[in-house]
Amino acid sequence: MTAGVLRNLPALVVIVPLFMGLVTAILGRQGRAHWLALATAWVTFGLTGLLAYEVLQSPLGFVTYTFGPWADAVPLNLAARPGAVATPGIEYRVDHLNALFLVIVAGMTAIVILGARLSLKKEIPEDRRHVFYGVLLLCLTGLLGITITGDAFNLYVLLEISSLTAYALVAMGKSRDKRALTASFHYLLLGTVGASLILIGIGYLFMVTGTLNMTEMARILQEEIPRRNKTVSTAFALLLAGFGLKAALFPLHAWLPNAYTYSPSVVSTFLASTATKVGLYAGLRFYFTIFGADYTISTFANEALLFLACAAILHGSVMAIQQTNVKRLLAYSSVAQIGYLVIGFCLVDASGHPIESGVTGSLLHVANHAVVKGALFVAAGAVVYRCGAVHLDDLRGLARKMPLTFTAFAVGGLSLIGVPLTGGFISKWHIVSGAIEGGYYPVVAVILIGSLLAVVYVLRMIEPMVFGKPEEGPQVGEAPPSVILPAWILIGISIYFGVNGGALRELVEGAAKTIAGGGS
Amino acid sequence: MPPWAGHFNYWIYVVLMMVGLYAAIAKGNLVKKLLGLSLFQTGIFIFYISTSVILTESGQFATVPILAEHGGPLTETYANPLPHVLILTAIVVSVSTMAVALAIVVNIKREFGTIESDELLEQELAE
Amino acid sequence: MSEQPPLQEPLERLPLAKQPVLRQVTKILIPFVIVFGLYVITHGDYGPGGGFQGGVILAAAYILFALVYGVARARRVIPRKATDVLAAVGVLFYGAVGLVGLFGGGTFLDYDFLGTDPASAQALGMFLVELGVGLTVASVMVTVFTEMVEA
Repeated sequence: MTAGVLRNLPALVVIVPLFMGLVTAILGRQGRAHWLALATAWVTFGLTGLLAYEVLQSPLGFVTYTFGPWADAVPLNLAARPGAVATPGIEYRVDHLNALFLVIVAGMTAIVILGARLSLKKEIPEDRRHVFYGVLLLCLTGLLGITITGDAFNLYVLLEISSLTAYALVAMGKSRDKRALTASFHYLLLGTVGASLILIGIGYLFMVTGTLNMTEMARILQEEIPRRNKTVSTAFALLLAGFGLKAALFPLHAWLPNAYTYSPSVVSTFLASTATKVGLYAGLRFYFTIFGADYTISTFANEALLFLACAAILHGSVMAIQQTNVKRLLAYSSVAQIGYLVIGFCLVDASGHPIESGVTGSLLHVANHAVVKGALFVAAGAVVYRCGAVHLDDLRGLARKMPLTFTAFAVGGLSLIGVPLTGGFISKWHIVSGAIEGGYYPVVAVILIGSLLAVVYVLRMIEPMVFGKPEEGPQVGEAPPSVILPAWILIGISIYFGVNGGALRELVEGAAKTIAGGGS
Repeated sequence: MPPWAGHFNYWIYVVLMMVGLYAAIAKGNLVKKLLGLSLFQTGIFIFYISTSVILTESGQFATVPILAEHGGPLTETYANPLPHVLILTAIVVSVSTMAVALAIVVNIKREFGTIESDELLEQELAE
Repeated sequence: MSEQPPLQEPLERLPLAKQPVLRQVTKILIPFVIVFGLYVITHGDYGPGGGFQGGVILAAAYILFALVYGVARARRVIPRKATDVLAAVGVLFYGAVGLVGLFGGGTFLDYDFLGTDPASAQALGMFLVELGVGLTVASVMVTVFTEMVEA
């Protein structure tokens, strides 16, 4: 049994949440759903942790897993391209980059579900709650699947699983605010177009390479296909647009603010800390592993992405300053932070290679931002739990009424700005030093301006909490401990990252080497 | 025949996709938007199916990839079955998307009383 | 959900059930549609067909009945709870088939562990998987149809 689990670790990471999601949807009535989902999320987190450990220990730097007996079967001569031989079967391939994202996604979900019970009690009607947890676990399945898979079409299918469940999760906010429905519809429309572009892109790559296995695809694209092949360029453009939409990179972020604002608090936290990160991961996988840094950096896409990332930081921050709804403010801040996530990967040194410290910075920022934005959304959820809404006016006097929530807001805000001793400082430091190394002084300026703008929008949240006079009327107290607990765990992790990276650092450095070294 | 006319399927796929995308963007009615989206996805199905076409040495189209009685393929050259299988999955995905989308539209109708996007926008701004 | 229609609507009030031809043809047709659906599911492993197509055909039989005799009557044949559970059970069944290989010493979805010789085990594995798919697809199609009608 134990041997079976260890040998099949990559498959179990996806199978466990899939099975338990369905079981939760069937058996989860009478409040059992929460405990089932919680147990599943933590078991999955444990499995990803084990898997990451295995990857770190492996001398090759990656772990592979093939489904079924088909890989050893006689290869079919599928003449999509003369002479091409397709390897049948789906392969999971976990290297440092996947392992990092897997741990982040599973860990964030586990922590988010920890505090979900009471806040969902207020936001989701009783007879729908078991379905909610089931769908949440299915969404986790999809996100983990995208991250772990080594098969391009499998990636598309899992992308759709995670997207469809995400639309449903957002729409479930309708009992608190009916605008959740239109937000969800908008998200669905854009998300489906994005996923379809990805589907076409994969189709073009399949036409050229005759395989769907990513490693094989990468090898053929980098060794056999002449540069400037028009089909490859088309596929590249389509995939870039599709994953840009999934990662909500400016100007493809239009779905994000409403979806985060009107969805149930638990869903906002979950999506903010996982969904866009996974979209980014899939983009990175295609950008650096399949097409290869040599190809992608030689196209103008690299400069375009750098420009868009800078635009995202400025646009997101400026929009965040203008918001009065705290959840929407945080959502726009996410748009800005995605800029930081992308910038580090686009910094190139004189010889045309990605700069390692920039890549490290952005990868660290993925973890930091997931943690910090998670904490802030949990804190916002705690305010929703007490007050029913989160407008800046509702925050007046919060520092005295809900000191625990206030502290979470304050420390999270400091990390968003990038104050030393928080995780945000470390990752921004790396990105800025990478930008200086490559001579990207305008980018340094944008990052600094973005941080100043972050000071403004964080202060807009903090100021009424400390100096605002609480309204007359019934006094609200501190949120129940279980609601605010995840925020505190996340704040703790964020400070830990700020002081000492630990095992995560090792993963990040391995992943940065994979990317900077031109793929595995 | 001019060279571009040989890729008839691909022209159809692009045209279908663009018609669908236009409808998804320009139509005000949410159900019409979904019809556009559906058309958009159907275009992609045609694209995938087209990639499976293979010509035999004599210039004929290869036939269906099914087993003959002796256990081997029916003919020497057969169409690539993989895109068919892939697109079967994509069709299921698109049906699921439609189901989720229509469920959301039904709920929008119930909560807002309309499915015209400009009226929805008015109601949202009023709140 | 909104209020349910009365369980036993008189047949005369349903526009389609008023037609005797439709009523009789439906009664005759449904068994054949179901058998054809099962045929397509079970023969998917070595001919055109499979769980998806067969499942949709099975659901079509139910939808035909619901169209003519009304959803309230159809819901008495297969209640909502049943379709909800069956949809999940189908996927779980598929997964369980995969787990046999996983815990039998192979990888997930390795059907070789289902039988004695690989060829028949592969055939059995595919058959069982298609059954699971068929069950899920049929119940999901039924769910989609009835939810839309009842809304």
